[in-house]
Amino acid sequence: MKKLLNTLYVTSPDTYLSLDGENVVILRDEERLMRMPLHNLESIVSFGYTGASPALMAACSERNIALTFMSQNGNFMARVVGEVHGNVILRKTQYRISENETDSLQIAKNIVIGKVYNSRSVLERATRDYPQRVDIEKLKKTSKILLNAIELIKECKSKEELRGLEGAAANRYFGVLDDLILQQKDSFQFSGRNKRPPMDNINSMLSFVYTLLAHNVASALETVGLDPYVGFMHTDRPGRISLALDLMEELRAVYADRFVLSMINKREINPKGFTQKEDGAIIMDDDTRKCVLKAWQSRKQEVITHPFLNEKVEWGMVPFVQAMLLARYIRGDLDEYPPFLWK
Amino acid sequence: MEYNEEEYLMLSGIQHFAFCRRQWALIHIEQQWQENVRTVEGNILHESAHKDDFNEKRGKVIISRGMPVYSRILGINGVCDVVEFHENKNGVSIHGREGTYLPIPVEYKHGKPKEDDMDALQLCAQAMCIEEMMLCHIDVGYLYYGETRHRQKIEFNEELRNKVVRLFQEMHELYHKQYTPKVKPSKACKACSLTDLCVPKLYKTLTVKEYIDGIIKEE
Ligand code: SF4
Repeated sequence: MKKLLNTLYVTSPDTYLSLDGENVVILRDEERLMRMPLHNLESIVSFGYTGASPALMAACSERNIALTFMSQNGNFMARVVGEVHGNVILRKTQYRISENETDSLQIAKNIVIGKVYNSRSVLERATRDYPQRVDIEKLKKTSKILLNAIELIKECKSKEELRGLEGAAANRYFGVLDDLILQQKDSFQFSGRNKRPPMDNINSMLSFVYTLLAHNVASALETVGLDPYVGFMHTDRPGRISLALDLMEELRAVYADRFVLSMINKREINPKGFTQKEDGAIIMDDDTRKCVLKAWQSRKQEVITHPFLNEKVEWGMVPFVQAMLLARYIRGDLDEYPPFLWK
Repeated sequence: MEYNEEEYLMLSGIQHFAFCRRQWALIHIEQQWQENVRTVEGNILHESAHKDDFNEKRGKVIISRGMPVYSRILGINGVCDVVEFHENKNGVSIHGREGTYLPIPVEYKHGKPKEDDMDALQLCAQAMCIEEMMLCHIDVGYLYYGETRHRQKIEFNEELRNKVVRLFQEMHELYHKQYTPKVKPSKACKACSLTDLCVPKLYKTLTVKEYIDGIIKEE
């Protein structure tokens, strides 16, 4: 399996990234803060405005290193897309599928099955891990509803219907998510998803982590030669990484939500690190963001067994494996796209 | 039948094809290529073989490095590491040189001699190109192995030539269909630099339908 390489997160807003030989160099006021060989890197995510040199951008695109710029608050701003590697046929097939309702529905269905199954797994896990602390009956009931939803998804005939089923399942799941918060309840409550802007601590964490995940998935798609901007489920919009958002659906609950929950439950995150704006919007401060990034990096190293390949992979490799499996399906090597089903 | 230039395939692809049809298709049809240590080292070796592109003469032998070759009949083109032209009465004339010469291709290989004939096939294909371009006949060529520092003599017999023709025909057919064949995973997969993209294991595992239903039914 491809090796999991590092992601370099640059969190100081006043730094500039440049290239020196085979290294990325982080500069502040002409002074070198750090230097890191490119061959260790899979992606670079920069939070700040100062920027990066074109030479570094070229070097990254040549080496398939994803370079993404986020605002200080963790909102996505731009990514460097290099020369597309010779995968014209794959991309053409991808575009053809995206324009064909039946073919894209087939993939979208499996993705949503993965999403619902995995959100259900998050609830099931909690009943096993904390039987004394959670309302088992309530969680089991929701879990059962989600399992039934999967049967309906299998039978559904249009993307519109699919979106409806997905939305209903997501509401059910988010409806009990607050039950999984077992520590620091005063500061972390979840009463539903809001994003523009996030109005509570959990939503601000979720938004941030979803952006990180989207970045991971988009670069995985590019690595295997797929176009992250052309999706099967999310409608295309200029600048929107639709396919990355599609593929990410499977991973939201098991990868991102669970990560956020465990940071709260293990008290790895401090409620003091969030600031509320006048309008109620919540902003994470710098140190909190750094702390989330650090935990995110180490979560990526954790090893799991991939359910379809039956092979040990790091969590951080899962987006790549799914992108690769999607590419192999599009090329006709597999009978269907195998979603990531986490137990 | 003759091929147009636009239809030419890469000569060196024959070694990939002989190693694994799927590997060839991944590299040449899908154009997926992952550099690994082995190929990088290979490139370095090749660079030194191509270092000086001009011809040099040592005694009765002219040495030409990095000679581009093609064959309309096979529909291929590529580059020869080294072609030696040995002065010989039965040879052919070369532009700008006196006398007649016998061309002998020499290919540099990283590593040691292999059990299969992939390297011999590549060399033979080069010889067949030169024959077509220079209207001559070439009996033998040499494979030079970096690890053992030995030259291995390769005779271009009917059997080898027929195999070259057959393999390129198959490659043209696949290329035309833009089809990546599935193959049975083999021992070769262990030494293959494309396993991550090819995932040979997929052909041993169950169907996706069985996978999804299996997991969901367990509940
Ligand atoms: S992994 Fe095996 S089947 Fe796949 S290209 Fe390599 S040798 Fe061929």
